[in-house]
Amino acid sequence: MKSQRSLEIGTGLFVLLGFAALFFLTTQLPGSGLSLGEQAGYSVTAKFDNVGDLKVGSPVSMAGVRIGRVEAIRFDPTDYRAVVSLKVESSFDRIPDDSDASIQTQGLLGGKYVGIGPGGSETFLKQGSQIEFTQSAIVLESLVNKFFANFASKDAGTDTAKAE
Amino acid sequence: MLRLVISGALMSAPPVRIRDLHYAVGTRPIFAGVDIDVPQGQITAVMGPSGTGKTTLLRLLTGQVAADRGRIELFGESVGDLNKVGLYALRRRTGMLFQNGALLTDLTVFENVAFPVRAHARLPESVLRRLVLTKLEAVGLRGAAELMPSQLSGGMARRVALARAIVMDPELLIYDEPFVGLDPISMGVIVRLIRELNETLGVTSIVVSHDVEELATIAHRSYLLSEGRVVASGTPDELARSEEPVVRQFMSGAADGPVPFHFPAGDLAADILGRSQQVRGRS
Amino acid sequence: MIGASLGRIGAVVLFLLRVLGQCLPALAKPRAVIHQIYNAGARSLIIIMLCGLFVGMVLGLQGFDLLQRFGSEDALGVAAALGFLKELGPVVTALLFAGRAGTALTSEIGLMRATDQLTAMEMMAVDPLRHVIAPRFLGGVIAMPLLVAIFDIVGLFGAQLIGVQLMAVDPGAFWSQMQAAVELDDVYEGIVKSICFGFACSLIAVYEGYHAPPTAQGVGLATTRTVVVSSVLVLLIDYMLTAAFLGR
Repeated sequence: MKSQRSLEIGTGLFVLLGFAALFFLTTQLPGSGLSLGEQAGYSVTAKFDNVGDLKVGSPVSMAGVRIGRVEAIRFDPTDYRAVVSLKVESSFDRIPDDSDASIQTQGLLGGKYVGIGPGGSETFLKQGSQIEFTQSAIVLESLVNKFFANFASKDAGTDTAKAE
Repeated sequence: MLRLVISGALMSAPPVRIRDLHYAVGTRPIFAGVDIDVPQGQITAVMGPSGTGKTTLLRLLTGQVAADRGRIELFGESVGDLNKVGLYALRRRTGMLFQNGALLTDLTVFENVAFPVRAHARLPESVLRRLVLTKLEAVGLRGAAELMPSQLSGGMARRVALARAIVMDPELLIYDEPFVGLDPISMGVIVRLIRELNETLGVTSIVVSHDVEELATIAHRSYLLSEGRVVASGTPDELARSEEPVVRQFMSGAADGPVPFHFPAGDLAADILGRSQQVRGRS
Repeated sequence: MIGASLGRIGAVVLFLLRVLGQCLPALAKPRAVIHQIYNAGARSLIIIMLCGLFVGMVLGLQGFDLLQRFGSEDALGVAAALGFLKELGPVVTALLFAGRAGTALTSEIGLMRATDQLTAMEMMAVDPLRHVIAPRFLGGVIAMPLLVAIFDIVGLFGAQLIGVQLMAVDPGAFWSQMQAAVELDDVYEGIVKSICFGFACSLIAVYEGYHAPPTAQGVGLATTRTVVVSSVLVLLIDYMLTAAFLGR
């Protein structure tokens, strides 16, 4: 019954493979953390008023070049701001500590990423540093509201002028 | 009344009794009133020209097909009245040998013979093994137990199928065209096996075939079917001596007679010389 | 014509009910079912994985090209994952299954019918539905979701291969956006579809084989019908299920 034995092993292998695939699909894909190869680097933090839909794992870029990724996003209950932890690759160790961090959008439909704009300081960011100057994500709805508010006040101004 | 009951008890019903069988496929009648008795412990032959529905008769007998009219009794029970459970119970008491063996192609010879036992009984492996090998020995193929059906010759496959048919010690054995396509030696083997099984085990046997010569050597009683009826019945000797034209033609193998040589056709001259448009075939 | 088609649908449904009735008894002999899972699943593995890889790579290429026009290459992970999970995985796998495993089932059963093996079983008072048909049906139903999952994984790998390794899409963006966009419901949709397709393809395959005329030509035609009917049925069920899930 040798062929029976190898058949059973083959089937077992197939079923195992299938279930492993199912397991991966159901647990790893939807929204839970997936760690890719960790590269050596140092962590810095930055506080934002609004991170928009920035996600953990989103890239951190400088001059368009990827230098790290978002490690963690937390909420600070004392000043009601988001605390974003960025992991910067160790090869990029000459970033001035007065640089600014802003949350930008990739392209038209793209996801958010953190862009670092260089400052002029002679001291550099290191493990545990905090980036002081930050710009929050531009949320589309507030932009639209602002636009209409602007529009409305302009109208009101003209009307008043006309009335006079 | 009492005498009837006693005689009824003493004389058990014949294993197979067919009365006034009518069966048609669409508009074509296959059987138009057939009566057949198969006595216990004897070999009964059912013969007839090709296309008379001999195989259909077997399917009617085993309940695979339902008759239009008439009564078919198998082991005293009316086949037409039984449900699936009842039919299966009857079939367990019969063994059937198919024309091409019908072995299960993905099982070894051993497993094929063991198949019905495994399906119906829970035997310890050693007992099963002994049973299967004994049956294979009876057909002379114990040494082929580990071969696959594809490795067997036609004759050997049929012998294995025979071993499978007898493995459950059936009360009735049915052979569907067992001699077809065999060389003389293999044919001799099958004939011998059929006779020996009947003599040693006393198993009632029905052999459906058109091989007059072989049947004459083993059958106790023969039925000749033609045009949906029994045209002759009796011992092989009686049939050989019969004066009936249909029987004479069949037994002697004459090319033309009551069963015509020519398929119905129109006028020969018209067809070949194209003189006029004739409607072909019988109206 | 209508009557014939209706009759056929009815026959298939009745057959399904009979087979389902025999599935539980068939499981009493797990050996046979395991054998059939092997035939339907393990034997299809190579073709499923190969096709999954190629489909994933094509999706990577096309998806990248398309998204690049909007500057949203980062969304490639999302496109690939959702595309595979909800549609490509179940549908393509089912079509491949019908072609490979379905035809094998139909021709095997058809051949058993043509050589009287099924009749012989009935004569031995063994129900062919329980011993031959039900295990094969179960094998297909069980194998299908597993095959789909493997197809999805290999496909995502292929998409990632093209997108990240070749087209330099950022891997962090690729995976993180995918994880954020993919919900458990999407995965369930794929699983439900794969189970339904498994039912459909296996049923058609065993039905055609069981009812094939016992001739060489008959079995050949039945095999062709299996592929055609399975494919159409799969795509029809796909539409119905997609609409149902979107309506939720």
